[in-house]
Amino acid sequence: MASITLKLNNKNYTIEADPKMPLLWAIRDLAGLTGTKYGCGIAQCGACTVHLEGVPVRSCSVPVSSAANKNITTIEGLSTDNSTAVQRAWILEQVPQCGYCQSGQIMAASALLKRNPNPTDKDIDAAMQGHICRCGTYPRIRKAIKTAAQLMTQK
Amino acid sequence: METTSKNISRRNFIKLSGLTGTALTLGFSFSASANELDIWNAAAAESSGVELNAWISIDTNGKVTLLNHRSEMGQGSFQSVPQMIAEELEVALDQVNIIFAPGNGRKYGSQVTGGSSTIRGSYKKLLRLGASAREMLIETAAKKWGVNKSDCYAENGSVIHRASGKKFHYGELVTEAAKLEPPKDVVLKNPKDYKLIRKPLPRQDTPMKVNGKAVFGLDFKLPGMLYAVVERSPRFQGKVIKWDDTETKKVPGVKHVLKVTRDEFGNMREGVAVVADNTWAAMQGRKALKIEWDDTAFPHHSTEELYTKMRDQVKGEMISFRTMGNTTSAFAKAEKKVEATYETPYESHSCMEPLNCVANVTDDKIEIWGPIQGPDWIQQNICSHFKLPPEKVIVNMTFLGGGFGRKAFTDYPYEAVMISKEIKAPVQVIWTREDDMTIGPFRPGMVYQCKGAVTGNGRIGSFETKISGQNMDMQNPGADKTSYNGSDTEGFLEGYFESIPHYSFGDSPLDSPVPVMWWRSVYSSTNAFAFESFIDELAAQASKDPIDFRRQHLGERYQLLMNKLEQVTGWKERGKNTGYGVAITECFSSIVGEVVKVSKTADGKIKIDKVWAVMDCGWYVNPDIIKAQVEGSIVMALGAATKHETTFKDGKAVERNFDAYKMPRIQEIPEIEVHIMDNEEKAGGVGEPGLPPFTPALTNAIFDLTGTRIRRLPFSLDKTA
Repeated sequence: MASITLKLNNKNYTIEADPKMPLLWAIRDLAGLTGTKYGCGIAQCGACTVHLEGVPVRSCSVPVSSAANKNITTIEGLSTDNSTAVQRAWILEQVPQCGYCQSGQIMAASALLKRNPNPTDKDIDAAMQGHICRCGTYPRIRKAIKTAAQLMTQK
Repeated sequence: METTSKNISRRNFIKLSGLTGTALTLGFSFSASANELDIWNAAAAESSGVELNAWISIDTNGKVTLLNHRSEMGQGSFQSVPQMIAEELEVALDQVNIIFAPGNGRKYGSQVTGGSSTIRGSYKKLLRLGASAREMLIETAAKKWGVNKSDCYAENGSVIHRASGKKFHYGELVTEAAKLEPPKDVVLKNPKDYKLIRKPLPRQDTPMKVNGKAVFGLDFKLPGMLYAVVERSPRFQGKVIKWDDTETKKVPGVKHVLKVTRDEFGNMREGVAVVADNTWAAMQGRKALKIEWDDTAFPHHSTEELYTKMRDQVKGEMISFRTMGNTTSAFAKAEKKVEATYETPYESHSCMEPLNCVANVTDDKIEIWGPIQGPDWIQQNICSHFKLPPEKVIVNMTFLGGGFGRKAFTDYPYEAVMISKEIKAPVQVIWTREDDMTIGPFRPGMVYQCKGAVTGNGRIGSFETKISGQNMDMQNPGADKTSYNGSDTEGFLEGYFESIPHYSFGDSPLDSPVPVMWWRSVYSSTNAFAFESFIDELAAQASKDPIDFRRQHLGERYQLLMNKLEQVTGWKERGKNTGYGVAITECFSSIVGEVVKVSKTADGKIKIDKVWAVMDCGWYVNPDIIKAQVEGSIVMALGAATKHETTFKDGKAVERNFDAYKMPRIQEIPEIEVHIMDNEEKAGGVGEPGLPPFTPALTNAIFDLTGTRIRRLPFSLDKTA
């Protein structure tokens, strides 16, 4: 066990954890932020995606020790009022059904649009193909990413 | 939360809903002495001792609270149920607060969210409930003003006097209105006047699903709650002989190791639970367990063995469940005939939220929280196992991260209750993805043998189907294995039964230890592949256009749907180098037609260019939710047709996670266009009926393009052309 400081959404959380514990479980069970989801545990579904120093990572496969003292953004840290372009687009296009995978989808889409504000279909495929949605909201995810890109230019 | 366990009295409902002051509360009674369609004023019901199932309440601030009796697993009941009541109540949706009803079958009627039944099962009652409250509020306002009721109308949460424009907010009227008797008859709105129903209104649960605030079962926490994972027998019916937890107990955070059981269709299955102060520690402790299993009492089937048995069985004796005429002699005499065998795989539900449940067992009651499709079933199950009356067993619903039939099952809440009872602490049981994918129950694999004939004038002369597969209803101890409920014709259009002179459907159930369970659209999800592929084969045998061929057999409602399908797909102008396939199926009282367009890629693979769906679900609430459900159903069907299956080897499920059980990904999803038929037929299901026609429409399209029939699922689009 080790004492580890997590910088989650610009707030420090000091936790006692097995250094090998995946960041996912540290975020959910120890820091108590449950927006980040467990889906597969082997980086196949994308439900646990968070930003580590701005880069999307699968938190189920990142040991908590390697995320210590780094800037981590979870879905809760995107905005407090659903005001980011991606969240607004997700609402406009009515993407979620059950909603469980959507935290991960939104984190991936946000990272994509940050580095590529005008993604093509191929760019969207490349950035989003690691994310499973069992409800099958994929057509709306694609549409919402394009809508978000437009919303960003209107700012 | 104790109030939820008792009769929902008016006071309790107010407390539960966070309402202020005196409220107008209306509901239905389920007591034997009262007509269950009678709408009761809660105040009156309370004084007459009538147990009420409260659905709606308006407080002195005008705040409206609705109790949603169905699970929200993505299908949109969280939106569509209030959208219906708000329409007749004349309030805006943002004035409405929605809470999930705790599980109690006696009060809410069946709460099992299955069979696509949320709307179709209750819409008339819900509309009348909203209308009754509205009429009571109008009557109250008219009395206060001393005017005729007919001179007043309700709009946007207020009653307005037409001539003077005087206005009362509902909140100003509820105290008086609560003293009235609900009207005996109310006039429902003409659909032409709908303001909310039939409108693509955004879902109320969307905002909380884009910022992490929606609480799913896995997100629910109680103070002092521990986390449990369970090592279950890797073969389906194994029993624990002994275990060694020496290494497990060395894992920091591990608190308890104990044997648990779970109820699988009335059969108790065994496992060993590891309980820790966080999920990861529990998982690590479980890895370190050494368990010896006794799995000698049942066969260890492989997929090959299961299908060999089913292929044999369709050649043997059948239990016949729907017949007309004599298919044997009609087939023997026919000149043009077709025979084909279709096979569909076992499938995992693989909800994105793995199974989980929180339980807190205390001296005087059991309370659970979880992603639950059938709260009333779970309540009954827990009551009977733990010998408690219903008021001592409280079942609370969270959001569900997918359900698809799996979360109507009672095993995982039972496990949570058992562990909490043993360790005397609140606990969350978490199934890992591997548990979720390998323990089952699964959609049963099926084999269909079809024989059919076409007559000289190109009609279906006979249609025979022999089915073998595991029957979901036959798993309970003592189940009757000799008769059927007829559900095995699900997916087949009712219209065919009226126009085909000779038909027969027979079943030879497979006996296997693999547990099986409903999977989105249930029997239709596999039946439709056989039935609609075979109709296409018969159409080809008759040298008829697949839609024209169907037209000859089907009545007006189907004709309108086919007209629409032809129109939106440009069916009659379809090009030469593309393949078009059609399938039309009926599932949970809705009819859905789908057309798939395919082409060959430069490197010889099959590409799905587009999918069109026409949904006829009769009376409906929210067109955007319907479209979303059909899109999702098509994606789920695409996965089961071309991507994934659960196979078995030596009695164990082989595919353990998404690396082996491949799901459709965003780049594989074709354009999907959904249309809805407008009519006043009875409301049909929405969440499932879009799934069954996709696969046969796809394989029929591939036949149209390549001349190859695909009769076994799943198949790879990359290897088909």
